[in-house]
Amino acid sequence: MTPGAAPAAGARGTRSAGARSAGGAVARGLRRRARLPLRADAGTVLAAARGVDLARGGVQVLHDVSVEVRAGEVRALIGPNGAGKSSLLGVLTGDLEPTRGTVEAAGAPLAAWSTTELALRRAVMTQDVTLSFPFLVHEVVAMGRAPWRGTAAADDDDAVVAASMAATDVTHLAGRAFPTLSGGERARVALARVLAQRAQLLMLDEPTAALDLHHQEMVLALARDHARAGGAVVVVVHDVGLAAAYADRVTIVADGRVAGDGTPEEILTAARLSAVYEHPVEVLPHPRGGAPIILPRR
Amino acid sequence: MTAPAPVLPARRRRGVVLLCGLVVALLAAATLSAVSGQTPVTAAEVLGAVLHRLGIDAGPLPAHPQGEATLWVARFPRIVLGLLVGAALGCAGALMQGVFGNPLAEPGVIGISSGAAVGACLVIVLPGSVLGATGSLAVAGAAFVGGLVTTAVVYALARANGRTEVVTLVLTGVAVNAFAAGVLAFLVYVADPSAREQIVFWQLGSLNGATWRSVGIVAPMVVAGLVGSWLLARRLDLLSLGERAARHVGLDVERLRQVAIVLVALLTSAGVAFTGIIAFVGLVVPHVVRMVAGPGHRVLLPASALGGALVLVVADLVARTAVAHAELPLGMLTSLVGGPFFFWLLRRTRASQGGWA
Repeated sequence: MTPGAAPAAGARGTRSAGARSAGGAVARGLRRRARLPLRADAGTVLAAARGVDLARGGVQVLHDVSVEVRAGEVRALIGPNGAGKSSLLGVLTGDLEPTRGTVEAAGAPLAAWSTTELALRRAVMTQDVTLSFPFLVHEVVAMGRAPWRGTAAADDDDAVVAASMAATDVTHLAGRAFPTLSGGERARVALARVLAQRAQLLMLDEPTAALDLHHQEMVLALARDHARAGGAVVVVVHDVGLAAAYADRVTIVADGRVAGDGTPEEILTAARLSAVYEHPVEVLPHPRGGAPIILPRR
Repeated sequence: MTAPAPVLPARRRRGVVLLCGLVVALLAAATLSAVSGQTPVTAAEVLGAVLHRLGIDAGPLPAHPQGEATLWVARFPRIVLGLLVGAALGCAGALMQGVFGNPLAEPGVIGISSGAAVGACLVIVLPGSVLGATGSLAVAGAAFVGGLVTTAVVYALARANGRTEVVTLVLTGVAVNAFAAGVLAFLVYVADPSAREQIVFWQLGSLNGATWRSVGIVAPMVVAGLVGSWLLARRLDLLSLGERAARHVGLDVERLRQVAIVLVALLTSAGVAFTGIIAFVGLVVPHVVRMVAGPGHRVLLPASALGGALVLVVADLVARTAVAHAELPLGMLTSLVGGPFFFWLLRRTRASQGGWA
């Protein structure tokens, strides 16, 4: 039996998880073997922030924010510049320590997991993708396999790397040095690395920012497919239209607070978007299918 | 499925060729160094002398009456110490660059060598310090402590938001080197004449005065440092993603950092304790290796160690044979070559980063 099958413990599992975290530091010091992830069923909460406040540089950027990401869904975080979307994602990944509130990953507090255990459960794509040394593209993608080292899954490394590169359309770049790539190519290589991690939860911070129209659609289609296959995705996007088309749930972050949480049809209303972005916005149903089309009034 | 296949072996093959080539070149350079000098000895006699010591009666013994003694008392310990110190400096450079995520990091440039030198000189100057039985061990130990403190200080000062900017790093090095130079000047000032001479000579960097005793002290430090670094190789690869992303793929960054700092200090102090400050080996060698075999640390670290050893043995050969009946300081030679190289690298880095980022 795999110990620490945390997702099944759910939110009520915090007590045992807390006990584990007390001994966590010691256990990590002794380099205990990483607990391998069990695949959580659709609907299970894979990441959650509850009542989170966050201060950065003396400025409070998040106020009492709560968000959940469930297996089987794509959750988009949208909102104006500086609203706190990336900060919220940083809190969920554990990069930023909230001043108040709790953060969970795979059903247990973040502190209950070692860095390797977290990496087996969630993969993160950050906004700025840089590399200190000129590794080749396929070497960079293979770095996503690092957490699986020493496990049975490591046997599939080559196949997973090849599949991840194919999925993000970077196979032809495999032998190029990463620093020689354009911004859009780098972003796709970074995404390939994230996919190669084969984590159930993907956390993507503006993965489409540097991409052309075709690759934007490709990335969000990948996210949707990942969710359809039982995974979960939380993605920060600027393009409300993309969020409307691909997300199952949308969280609108404005001024460090949650200004809306629901399905795109429920919350992407002209009134709410106009207020949040401080710009008049029209929302029209698509003539075929009725999906919302978001148009800033020009 | 097919595309990555042809790329991977290309770099890997070049790495293997590089490692093999370095080993061969190293053996050749060591032999050349052993036969060079005032007492004539041939390569066959060198081989014979080594084999006889190993209990194998093969090959000729040195014909010159002083040949055997010259090899075992003067040349061999000097060559072996050169190999060890070069390997330590080359590997320390590659390791530092990996940890700082910056190709300009190097123990000499950043002042870690100076820090270790301050530690060593303190012991040399201490009244009653007899560089006899325990003296040389104390020098090595003090160099290690000095190096460890300096590495930790530089690391803390030069980093901001999980990154080390080039300009911060270089300026931190300037400050640390200046401070260390001040302490060293003070130590020279207060030292008695014999210790003063020792320090000045030592600051120039030289393999002169190498003994089996110093080899015996440096060897375990270098071996531990090299093995320890190699065990970190894969993790150092991940660290080039940046600290945050490295953590996201499961790397315990803090732990890696602590271990690496101790290893850098260990290797640098091994490279400084008996030979003084020999700068730039750790800068030039890893850079050349990266150009040939790529930045992967599993090849970079051992190749930098071998390359550093090769550079130092060759440089020492030049130092003691270039001018008849005189010996050039080794540190002077490496600085004359390494200084301009550093400048070139600095300009290139600036160009590629679009300013003094």
